[in-house]
Amino acid sequence: MVNDPYQNRRYVIGGFMLLVVAIYVARMFVLQILDTSYRDQADSNAFYKEITYPPRGVIKDRNGKAIAFNKDAYDILITVRDAKGIDTASFCNALDIDRATFEERMKKIRQIPGYSPYTPQTFMSQLSDEEFAPFQEKLFRFNGISVRKRTLRNYSYPCGALLLGDLGEISGEQLKRKQKENDTYYQPGDFIGLGGLERTYETYLRGQKGVKIWLRDAHGRKKGRFEDGAKDVPFIAGSDITTTIDIDLQAYGEQLMANKVGSIVAIEPKTGEILAMVSAPTYDPSLLVGRKRSKEFLKLVKNPYKPLFDRTVQATYPPGSTFKTANTLVLMQEGFVNANKCYSCTHGFHAGRLTVGCHHNGALDLITAIKLSCNAYFCYGFKDMVDHPKYKGAANGFETWKKHLVSMGFGYRLGTDAPSEKRGYIPNAGVYNKIYGERHWKATTIISDAIGQGEILTTPIQLANLAAVIANKGYYYTPHLIKSIAGATIDTAFTNKHVSTINPKHFGPVIDGMEQVVQHGTAYWIRNDELGMCGKTGTAENPHGKDHALFISFAPKNDPKIAICVVVENAGFGATWAAPIAALMTEKYLNGQIETPKRQYWETWLKEANLLPSLAPVIPSTAKTHK
Amino acid sequence: MSRRRNFFKSIDWWIVALYIILVICGWVCIYGASYNFEDTVFWDINYRYGKQLLWIGLALFIGGMILLLDGEMYSVFAYGFYGGIIVLLLITLVVAPDIKGSRSWLVLGPVSLQPAEFAKTATCLALAKLMGGFDFMHGSGFTQKRIIDAGMVALIMFLPFAIIILQNETGSALVTSALFIMLYREGFPGILLLAGMCAVVFFIVAIRFGAESIIPPVPEESFGIFLVLVSAIIIHFFLILVYFGDTHYCRDLAIINALLFGGGVLAYKEFNIPVSFLTLCYISIAVAILYQAYRALKTWHYSYFLVGLFLVISTGYAHGASFAFNKILQPHQRTRIEVTLGMLDDPKKSGYNVNQSKIAIGSGGLEGKGFLNGTQTKLKYVPEQDTDFIFCTVGEEHGFIGCAIVLLLYTALLLRLINRAEKQKLAFNRIYGYCVASILFFHVAINVGMVTGLTPVIGIPLPFFSYGGSSLWGFTILLFIFLRLDAANDEYGLSGRG
Repeated sequence: MVNDPYQNRRYVIGGFMLLVVAIYVARMFVLQILDTSYRDQADSNAFYKEITYPPRGVIKDRNGKAIAFNKDAYDILITVRDAKGIDTASFCNALDIDRATFEERMKKIRQIPGYSPYTPQTFMSQLSDEEFAPFQEKLFRFNGISVRKRTLRNYSYPCGALLLGDLGEISGEQLKRKQKENDTYYQPGDFIGLGGLERTYETYLRGQKGVKIWLRDAHGRKKGRFEDGAKDVPFIAGSDITTTIDIDLQAYGEQLMANKVGSIVAIEPKTGEILAMVSAPTYDPSLLVGRKRSKEFLKLVKNPYKPLFDRTVQATYPPGSTFKTANTLVLMQEGFVNANKCYSCTHGFHAGRLTVGCHHNGALDLITAIKLSCNAYFCYGFKDMVDHPKYKGAANGFETWKKHLVSMGFGYRLGTDAPSEKRGYIPNAGVYNKIYGERHWKATTIISDAIGQGEILTTPIQLANLAAVIANKGYYYTPHLIKSIAGATIDTAFTNKHVSTINPKHFGPVIDGMEQVVQHGTAYWIRNDELGMCGKTGTAENPHGKDHALFISFAPKNDPKIAICVVVENAGFGATWAAPIAALMTEKYLNGQIETPKRQYWETWLKEANLLPSLAPVIPSTAKTHK
Repeated sequence: MSRRRNFFKSIDWWIVALYIILVICGWVCIYGASYNFEDTVFWDINYRYGKQLLWIGLALFIGGMILLLDGEMYSVFAYGFYGGIIVLLLITLVVAPDIKGSRSWLVLGPVSLQPAEFAKTATCLALAKLMGGFDFMHGSGFTQKRIIDAGMVALIMFLPFAIIILQNETGSALVTSALFIMLYREGFPGILLLAGMCAVVFFIVAIRFGAESIIPPVPEESFGIFLVLVSAIIIHFFLILVYFGDTHYCRDLAIINALLFGGGVLAYKEFNIPVSFLTLCYISIAVAILYQAYRALKTWHYSYFLVGLFLVISTGYAHGASFAFNKILQPHQRTRIEVTLGMLDDPKKSGYNVNQSKIAIGSGGLEGKGFLNGTQTKLKYVPEQDTDFIFCTVGEEHGFIGCAIVLLLYTALLLRLINRAEKQKLAFNRIYGYCVASILFFHVAINVGMVTGLTPVIGIPLPFFSYGGSSLWGFTILLFIFLRLDAANDEYGLSGRG
């Protein structure tokens, strides 16, 4: 062996083997440590993550009564491959459907994008307890059929539909928007709050979804729990919320508004808490739950009285005479009228060829003017102010007037938590400059603004807020629906006091005037000394039909607990329809019941009255439109 | 009595220990691979891990028997074994049932055997017998005897190769090529081996990566050709070093290449200039040839031009392979090659397998998911998870650390085999030892390369790990015959000294 010329080749061979092993170890290092994508692929390969849905938070009224809570619903899922040998006849029988429906549904399932015969597909969704119970007994007989439990809303009162809002499956568009907002909570098919409180407080109510991790094999079949559920994430139930609504008052208001178009907004002045928020006509919220939802929703959409339109925050009306209270406060703050200031009314306001009609004759002081709702008084006051030389032009005068109104919550969104609030409209001087030309207009040009007509538009919630400002003698809290959220605090926007630019001392005469309205004035017939109501009637001109009846009030006078705005569309004079509704609401809230036979009669009379307009002019917000 | 003690002492216990450790690790992985999440019975003889334990017991019995039998026998009956196995292979070809297109299983009642697994041992013994002969390859040049000897070697290797190919067990047949490692040790010209290896590897690389571009901005430049040229440039450095010992040349060329490619990478990465890296390769090769010419003229070593020739041929070969593949082959032939090389994502076949096995191994991370916690292997994502793809279980459940340990165990075994083979006093023993090392190396390299996506999918088992009686017994017999010969080597030495 000594003369073996090739014995050094052992090193070449050994070295070659070591080189190959080194390459492989490096390859392992890349695969297993540097490149993490394989780990994710393995997870999506092997883990089937089953979502577990938390129960949604309960919505309670201000007295702790549950208004919206949960009920179970069941989705029937079918895994087509495992369900091959299923007894179709008895399956259909158990679900109370016919053979043709079954075939049609199966056909639809196969057309779903991403369909796989190995994974569960939704066969029927949202079966109620009653529908599901007979099926559950037979469930064990059907291979490949499984059940997914969901929770749906259940309502204890058939009212508050718009303020509560509803739940629906998230749409593709919403999903995209949520993803843009970095909200990755939702997956297609998930429920989301679509209106009212359900939408505004969605993030609290929805809770946190949980995950159950299953193992699945290369064919997509479940193979037991991963680590016996140790890595599962339990769901977190949604937080309960308490709303400021008094559900009994709400229900009462909806009864009073039956067969009418309009709205009631009742606010607790000291806190801005909304006690009732009625938009009429309305509907039973439970109509939009479960499988009948889409059918019922379509009906509501097609209803000519637009029950889905929330008139409390979205309808804008000229405030009419109710606005005289706000106008008075501005004039007093600017020093043009006071309790003793008199104007003479000669069947109206006259300036050159212009006349604003009125029913009175003779001199009136402020309180009488409010009591009798004298147009002339407020027109003269408005003219004195806007045209006053100290403002150096009507434009500045008008801007000052507007500034005070804005401080009382007009012209812009109040920022309430009811979704889709409209801002109303107080024009600025620029608008008139554009219409009439700069310096080519003065108070008389725009005199209808003085009595809440003209270009001015307000929402019912803004008028209720005005009543609250007067009741509070100069401040308000943003009207809101949320009282408390379990485990969280409510938005500080609702606990910040908004102080108006009107000195509190000016409110006395206005309140006295409003008291007179109910005692001896335009709404004398709802007089009820125990309640101590102060109010103001209004009639908003409606170019499309009969005028809208308006009424704002608060009570009791000394310690106001409730401020109300009532709007009844196409009802004529405010005192006739809107005032008694406000009176009944006030009495119901303060006393819990209606005491005198006279007012008990009103109750039945109002509930039965049908003021629905004929169908041509239905859209209230078109009474006056501005851009 | 004393002979017996000496005999036990003279067995190489290192190899025995490594063998037993590998077999045990293999069984643990088979247990892991056949473990079922739903049905968590710890023990059932009817499961594959139960059967494998039976095979292991039988393998140890066979190994013990081999050690106890007379070592002289293997040399004496080498041709007899070879002839016998060739007959068995031919019989199998005729009588074997068709199992998944392969006719390699001999069914004897309840037992199935794959003679191909044993053919390796017989071929090794026959080669060792032939080449260990006293006057084998005596003399030099192309004498008639030398040509006949070389022809005999080729015949012994080719006969079982051809029959196994006919049985449609291409993987097992290709194992024969591993024996070139042994031939190299015994004097086969290294340059021929290098040329052969380059021909195979360059072809595969040029096609495997042919459709990818080097950098996205220059899509028409084939990454496959680039890899071949870079490999050729690296190999030419070794050639210069080994044959000329010219460190000056290597130093200068290394600097030039570093500047060339370093500048190219910098220009692309930092300044986003679409660099033609293939052109850089041509420049590098041209510079190398010019510089070689200069050295050749200066040192009168005209064989420098042969290295230049190697570079030129490599370049032409890469382009030729690429051209032949894309322009000359029929589409169905192309598809077949692409599937074999794992280029086509063929979910039912090898592409799917390799992808899933990479996912399984890659998901193991540093420490793995833990024994019985692998999801990919247990949930049947990886096909043939306890036979050809058993290494996936190692990768997934025991991670990088587990893989590295297993690879190191194999390396230790291979180096120990080479070490012991070199110590043999008989050429027969040494040649046989190198055969064993070559075959084990080929199996490990191809199998692990296959599951990690580095080598084409050739279905051959991982020695001592993969499930199956035939392959375990085949490897056990192969290894233990060498242990027996090695033990006799010491007896030889003792008697020689006495």
